[in-house]
Amino acid sequence: MSMTNPLAKARGMGSAKEGVHHWYAQRASALLLIVLVSWLIYSMFRLSGADYEAARAFVSQPVNAAFASLLIVTLFYHAMLGLQVVIEDYVHHPVLEVVFYFLSRAGAFFGMALGIIYLLKLALGA
Amino acid sequence: MTQKQRPLSPFMIGPYYKPQLTSLMSITHRATGVFLSVIGAPLLLWWLIAVGSGPGAYESMQSYLGGWLGTLVVIASVFCLSFHCLNGLRHLVWDTGRALDIKTAYALGWAVLVGSLLLSVLLLGALL
Repeated sequence: MSMTNPLAKARGMGSAKEGVHHWYAQRASALLLIVLVSWLIYSMFRLSGADYEAARAFVSQPVNAAFASLLIVTLFYHAMLGLQVVIEDYVHHPVLEVVFYFLSRAGAFFGMALGIIYLLKLALGA
Repeated sequence: MTQKQRPLSPFMIGPYYKPQLTSLMSITHRATGVFLSVIGAPLLLWWLIAVGSGPGAYESMQSYLGGWLGTLVVIASVFCLSFHCLNGLRHLVWDTGRALDIKTAYALGWAVLVGSLLLSVLLLGALL
């Protein structure tokens, strides 16, 4: 005989109590991206018709390199969270779902790493 | 545990509902988000890598992006960025519990649509 209360049994284990984190992180990164994409739009206008040297000088400048690295990290993070929801909603094949989930995460982290390394290379003039 | 096949409410896009601005913009928000994740963000990364790699890499990137396919990808990325950013603001306002009535939701929807087209034209003017 089970000692579990019938109501508790009907409810199962309950929620994992962490679902709100994803929702919150998606919005927090979106708010940050308002600022960072504004900087991106500003730099698109600044670099309109610019040649290689001007583009290099622009992103090598420390404040711009800081904005760009934050943009890359936040953008790939926000993309990773968004892709996760799309995969969960539309990919119903159990293996493919995990494969796409892994690829989206791996791709996002690789993108962040690559972006930061190239920005450091530019900012440090290596 | 066996589950009964219970009736589900039909998906918002399909033969059951008349197309609505709100539902079409909702799915467009997702589609533009996926495009930006898979094409747009890597494109930005490619630009950074090209700048970091030297004049040769920068030139070859520019010649790729100057071709018809590259131009198409740039136009699509710019539109997706404009739409997703402005519609994202609309979603953030909704998340505070405001502007949820149908009239305001439609008004903001049209504003986002017109705004994203205008922003796209401005950005493409700077880029192309």
